[in-house]
Amino acid sequence: MSTSGKAMPARLSLGPIQYYWGKEKIIDFYRSVETAPVDIVYLGETVCSKRRSLRLKDWIEIAERLQSAGKEVVLSTLALLEANSELGHVRKLCANGAFPIEANDMSAVQMLAGKTKFIGGASLNIYNSRTLKKLVGMGMTRWVMPVELSQDVFMDFQQAMPAGIESEVFAWGRMPIAYSARCYTARAHKVPKDACGYCCIDYPDGLMLSTREDEDFLVINGIQTQSAKVHNLVHALGDSAAGADIFRLSPQSEHTPEVISLFDRVRNGALEADEATDELKALVSEGLCNGYWFNEAGMASCSVAGGQ
Amino acid sequence: MELVCPAGNVPSLKAAVDNGADAVYIGFRNETNARHFAGLNFNDKQIEQCLAYARSHGTKVYVAINTYPQPGNFKKWERAVDQAAEYGVDALILADIGVMDYAAGKWPKLRLHLSVQASATTHEAVRFYAEQFGVQRAVIPRVLSVKQVEALINDSPIPIEVFGFGSLCVMVEGRCYLSSYVTGQGPNTFGACSPASFVRWSETDSKLETRLNGVLIDQINKDENAGYPTICKGRFIVNGETGYAIEEPTSLNTLPILPELLRIGVSAIKIEGRQRSPAYVAKVTRVLRAAIDACMLDPENFIPDEDWLSQLTSVSEGVQTTLGAYQREWQ
Repeated sequence: MSTSGKAMPARLSLGPIQYYWGKEKIIDFYRSVETAPVDIVYLGETVCSKRRSLRLKDWIEIAERLQSAGKEVVLSTLALLEANSELGHVRKLCANGAFPIEANDMSAVQMLAGKTKFIGGASLNIYNSRTLKKLVGMGMTRWVMPVELSQDVFMDFQQAMPAGIESEVFAWGRMPIAYSARCYTARAHKVPKDACGYCCIDYPDGLMLSTREDEDFLVINGIQTQSAKVHNLVHALGDSAAGADIFRLSPQSEHTPEVISLFDRVRNGALEADEATDELKALVSEGLCNGYWFNEAGMASCSVAGGQ
Repeated sequence: MELVCPAGNVPSLKAAVDNGADAVYIGFRNETNARHFAGLNFNDKQIEQCLAYARSHGTKVYVAINTYPQPGNFKKWERAVDQAAEYGVDALILADIGVMDYAAGKWPKLRLHLSVQASATTHEAVRFYAEQFGVQRAVIPRVLSVKQVEALINDSPIPIEVFGFGSLCVMVEGRCYLSSYVTGQGPNTFGACSPASFVRWSETDSKLETRLNGVLIDQINKDENAGYPTICKGRFIVNGETGYAIEEPTSLNTLPILPELLRIGVSAIKIEGRQRSPAYVAKVTRVLRAAIDACMLDPENFIPDEDWLSQLTSVSEGVQTTLGAYQREWQ
């Protein structure tokens, strides 16, 4: 799809909310998304199965509203499954019958393979074309590149991309960089996960972990660890050589509408990427990064045409 | 219950074989395996030598090819698979779907194990690899409680191998980018976590500082043990408090729950540590061999010997051990 060279602007997607927000906050957030210039919305809890602000029925209601507003809606599965009850939840999601699934773990792929078309999430570990083709053969129609891979690798993938397969990159937000059995938010509260008291609801953008030199380093989000720096690929949006079909923006509790708008203006040629980067920088106190895209450490900020 | 032991060089392999390993796992001298460290692993001549030694003692040899190739270097992983297959090793330990697809297609009779780096934590995920590539055993990440391991084994189509002792990854293996976030090199793509070339130690008046690519991982008082600066074992500040926000320097030790692992049907116990010394391999293999034998003989009355425990603790990170995620309270 991306090799056609047509001047179609890339599509923007909104990734799943990675944090634990209350029901009203989630519903309000997606009301605002109905009119936002994103094309695709990924919904659902992908981090911790204990977070149950919304039931599947509530998610489906949000999905239907977004669909009526013209969005393509995808339901995302948990990235780390441990209990059979979690498998049961993923099974229900996969059998929803109305919305496509982003599989974030091989359990979901096993449930969908050969039966229902699916999207391969960034945590599926698609590191090479042979892996990608194998999954395409099972019904994968779109893949999200692992965040730690570079633009060079992305372009190598495009050389051998099966026809009709869409490529998506994580273009804005705190990158998920690890998952664990242990809940670090609960640990910070000196309680085990089973007694967490849902304390992560007090951290709508996660909990900052700094070095002993007070440098923002990582963000704790329950069992997930994120980069403290915000990954920004807005410059790649104007770079047709990069060739991604879809640029994913990851929600934060603040400024997400502004971020969407900035990316939208860049993709439509209404704003230069370097101007957008200046504005994006002003929204983020922890700093921006883009190192992975340039084969550097993920936390690095490389200067590019378009600025960083 | 099979005892699977690590070997990063010829003396370690001999130590494992001599001290009672049922199987030894090794890697080639490049980034096709998850212990890609300078001076470690095996060249052709050494592999032949090791296979002969292991065979003459009835010990199996598995080869770990358990990192993730990219489009530009996939051939190197193909070569590793071919080489191992041509040596006639007892199994390959693989993580990447593409590599598995290649191995299963080209060497249909070769036994495949699923590496812990494939992050399979459910019976459905394990089933995927068994059905698609004929994988015959899965090594599972260190994220499940004993109950969850039991549930997985009950529904798994293939035998399950678990970690029994060694350095503890607290993040799901195969999905941890902490090292690549800081250095650009991590387990999946480079085969190493916190590569030594990025480590700096520096002394101030009262403290020893450890850094990884400039990021301060810990400050250690001179009376404390200084551990290797892996990010997840560093001290950081969260909510104004300084401490081990992720995990303390500690090693996994399952001796106290060996009878339970046996009861729930674990097929093999793996010892971590291809990067460790032959003395470590000898000691840990000897202790685990004795413990597994005693446990299988009389699981009801099995109590880990104090001497075994102190020997294991002496080679543990931070000179302490944990049951890790096997125990819910740890999580």
